[in-house]
Amino acid sequence: MVGEYLEQHCFTRDLPPSVREVVAQHSRLLDFPAGTWLFREGAPAEEFHLVVTGRVAISMHAPGAGEQVVDTVEACETVGWSWLVPPYRWFFDARAVTDVTAVTVDAAALRARAEDDPAVGYALLRQVNAVMLARLQAARVRLADIYGVAS
Amino acid sequence: MTLSPTVASVDPVVRGADPFALRSFRVRTRRQDTRDTVTLSLGPVDGAHLDFAPGQFTMVYAFGVGEVPLSISADPAPGRPLLHTIRDVGGVTHTLAGLRRGDVVGVRGPYGTGWDVSDGRGGDVVIVAGGIGLAPLRPAVLQVLANRAAYGRVVLLYGTRTPQDVLYAKELERWRGRFDLEVDVTVDYGPPQWKGKVGLVTDLIPRAGFDPSHALALVCGPEAMMRHVAAALTDRGVPPQRIRLSMERAMDCGVGLCGHCQLRELFVCTDGPVFDYRRLERLLWLREV
Repeated sequence: MVGEYLEQHCFTRDLPPSVREVVAQHSRLLDFPAGTWLFREGAPAEEFHLVVTGRVAISMHAPGAGEQVVDTVEACETVGWSWLVPPYRWFFDARAVTDVTAVTVDAAALRARAEDDPAVGYALLRQVNAVMLARLQAARVRLADIYGVAS
Repeated sequence: MTLSPTVASVDPVVRGADPFALRSFRVRTRRQDTRDTVTLSLGPVDGAHLDFAPGQFTMVYAFGVGEVPLSISADPAPGRPLLHTIRDVGGVTHTLAGLRRGDVVGVRGPYGTGWDVSDGRGGDVVIVAGGIGLAPLRPAVLQVLANRAAYGRVVLLYGTRTPQDVLYAKELERWRGRFDLEVDVTVDYGPPQWKGKVGLVTDLIPRAGFDPSHALALVCGPEAMMRHVAAALTDRGVPPQRIRLSMERAMDCGVGLCGHCQLRELFVCTDGPVFDYRRLERLLWLREV
């Protein structure tokens, strides 16, 4: 059943079938009721999530400012990339804004498979790089505060 | 290339009349939209309604202070008051934003090209706005909604800085409640109680519900945003000639004479402010023009 979701999800649908099968072996479908924390800043990055339905807020907490939502992630998008890069620790919080269904992947197991098989590692890295690039570009555009600048 | 002013391309509304004729308008109402933005409803002192096409602008004069170009944000239906949404960012706009009921301003125009929304009849319409860029698109939205049956799917995508900066918030809520209009809003930063999206407005385009091959796209916002929105729309399959962008430059005379708003061979005040992306694409990616 997870395999069917992986065939359609934007993160996994373009992976070679053999690599997608590896991901499927370490995945399960989970529900996160609204308000549930998917992970917290500073915790070990042992899982990542492929959102099937719902909305997840990526946020950080600052003393005096409270929680600031810096991004939201929705269906066909991916929550978390810290699982692939040492020190494998979450840099932000992730909270379900609505009820969320996601394919949750055992990151530690997948890392081990990637280490053993460079083809798996390369295919996964390409996908994660695409996610990271898109998020980095978006973050930089927002840093420019284009709506705040008087034109 | 001729250097003579493009008087021939001046809008028919202006052609034949004195393009510098100043009319007096009285402030009827003032609404504080966001922290730094207000909408003024203006009524003509002489009683003659100001006809305009969605997308056009006027030159508004704060007596004794100065004049600024302002997009018209009013309902284009006959007899409706002239509305201007003003962001308080400079001397003249600060004065205008501080006006009260009964105060009088001078108005010239309307000037420039419009959205020509009716070109989208029979197909889908996707409207992408950023920040105060929603103001010149509001008349287009209202025109589409007034003739709703003539269009296919209608999508409004809006991005702004924070939830507190969402322009026309109540109207957006009303529009979102309609079954025949898809409205999606995203902000750059959100407090924890914000249940909506956080991210770029370009992120909304790939998943919005419209048929790109039969869509007319109208875009207004900061230039940096419009470049990326136009690229995302063409990536989605919208033909460049079906994408229209509204440019904001330092319009001064409003009739293509002074050159303050010149964008290479184009005068934004008369050739625009609404341009076909096919015409604008090369210039949008040039720096310092």
